[in-house]
Amino acid sequence: MASRRRVKTWFGIMVMWAVRVFFAVVLGFPFYWMLITTFKRNSDLYDLKNNPFILNELPTLDHLRWLFHETLFLRWVGNTLFAGTIVVVITLLLAVPAAYALARLTGAWGAQLGIGIFLTYLVPSTLLFIPLSKVISALGLQDSLWSVIVVYPTFTIPFSTWLLMGFFKSIPKDIEDAAMVDGLTRWGAFVKLMIPMSTSGILTVVIFAFTLVTQEFVYALTFISSANQQTVGVGVPTFLVRGDVFYWGSLMAACLITSLPIGVLYNIFLDKFIEGFTVGAVK
Amino acid sequence: MAVVETRKLTKVFKRGHLGAVNNVDLESREGEFLVLLGPSGSGKTTLLRMIAGLEEPTSGDILIGGKVVNDLTPRERRIAMVFQSYALYPHLSVYNNIVFPLKAQGVDKEGQRKQAEWATSLLGIQHLFERKPRELSGGERQRVALARAIVREPSVFLLDEPLSNLDAKLRASAREELEQFQKRLGTTTIYVTHDQVEAMAMGDRVVVMSQGVVRQIGTPTEVYDEPADTFVATFLGSPPMNIIPAEGVIAGFRPEHFLPPGVAERMGAHVSYDFHITHSEYLGAERILYGAIQGGPFDQHRVISRIPATHDADLADGSVHTFAVADRDLKFFDPQTEKRTTVRRLPS
Repeated sequence: MASRRRVKTWFGIMVMWAVRVFFAVVLGFPFYWMLITTFKRNSDLYDLKNNPFILNELPTLDHLRWLFHETLFLRWVGNTLFAGTIVVVITLLLAVPAAYALARLTGAWGAQLGIGIFLTYLVPSTLLFIPLSKVISALGLQDSLWSVIVVYPTFTIPFSTWLLMGFFKSIPKDIEDAAMVDGLTRWGAFVKLMIPMSTSGILTVVIFAFTLVTQEFVYALTFISSANQQTVGVGVPTFLVRGDVFYWGSLMAACLITSLPIGVLYNIFLDKFIEGFTVGAVK
Repeated sequence: MAVVETRKLTKVFKRGHLGAVNNVDLESREGEFLVLLGPSGSGKTTLLRMIAGLEEPTSGDILIGGKVVNDLTPRERRIAMVFQSYALYPHLSVYNNIVFPLKAQGVDKEGQRKQAEWATSLLGIQHLFERKPRELSGGERQRVALARAIVREPSVFLLDEPLSNLDAKLRASAREELEQFQKRLGTTTIYVTHDQVEAMAMGDRVVVMSQGVVRQIGTPTEVYDEPADTFVATFLGSPPMNIIPAEGVIAGFRPEHFLPPGVAERMGAHVSYDFHITHSEYLGAERILYGAIQGGPFDQHRVISRIPATHDADLADGSVHTFAVADRDLKFFDPQTEKRTTVRRLPS
């Protein structure tokens, strides 16, 4: 293994820190903006003479109170968690075996099929929502959270299959062969070795599918009209933007509350992702 | 009884193409160290993988312990295999790698530990238990792979070029170690390699393969001294055997048998040729002389001579000397089949 090259010169250290600080500021700024707006009084927010980057007046909890008492925010979060969990489960159940089969068993066809599957992901939802709304009404799921639960896997599965294919392909075939000689069946090798060895890929899929349920707009808006069936992605903008009135404080509070856990999850998992997982297995 | 036997074993990857393995008949004896030797693409690894059950034969039978195992999965064949890449499980510690086959068999925790300790003490790697494969050196990985193979005491070991990932110096010591280790365990072993030195040094018998066909099976002495055909003759030995087409026959003699004036003559009947040395390599213990025969029936035919460095004759580049081969060191091959044929006299 090549040892990591250490930057030792003064100039090098400065550049390294400049880059770090730059990205930290760029990436951290939206969170900071959401945080101060959440606690900013409207009088402070709309006063053009104020410095927009700080709290000029005392903080307030009014926006949070409004969000929790005057809207169905908690219900939307609940819906999102519910739909997100089911979509993640459906996606994993179908994409993991599909990706494994495409990566290992179909030989030359596998790669072509993989690309084909990925292409279906590229068809935009603005094109698909009309035919899909017919499907939803045929299933009798109009105005129900279940409509999006049924529809979301149509694009989480292709993308996830494609992504996991890469992970499975990076695991040397010898390892499975060894497992089969060591007394496992192919299925056993898949469950006991392939899945644990592609944890980072599977985590990526979980986060991808879950974030998608949180932020998806077109399908959720067209298939669901009742407020109590909506996900955060639609509920928050529809009920906190009334005509040209923006409830900025509550909007930002809602964004902060939903994005923080995902951000934290992302960070925990990033390390795992970067960690060269199969290094040292072969050669 | 043969531990592993193959009967007319054939593997064809692409229909209509020549098989990767063609009609291979093989028998490995109890406790034997059998080496499959051949250049890359000779089908030796495919043959091994068929024995392991990782590759399905197109036709023919594989027998382990006298029973046909064609339809058995790898796990049902109860063999152990060491891969060229070692194929250690990267997310498991060394200990868990080693007990993996035992776990798969449902051996209890106590038994697992006992077996793992036995296997690792044989290989001297107990101190590595807690490490992950990526924290090990090449030699350590190879030992872990070996420990994982022996831990459940299989009836057959299959080894696929286990030393090829080690550097040259380590390879020599690992080779000797592996050989001693196999003798001590007495487990029937089939070992695949493209390295003739490994094959000669370790094998009880060597199976020389080329293009999916077994060219010769024999002890290292047999395949080296009595090669069955020109392929075996030239594949084994470095530099390879000199091959000279004579009238109606192909003659062959090893470089170490093509000797400078005053040596071969002492061995009795011999043939001699004027050897024009074009260049030479000094390798410390020996000298390799490259050149061509001058005059006579084999004029300008390129030949190689290999003499001990202790031979202090003046054999400068560009000079011509009369070299000789003893009659008993000459091998003859049929020009059509390239197989060994009757001994004759060679014109000098």
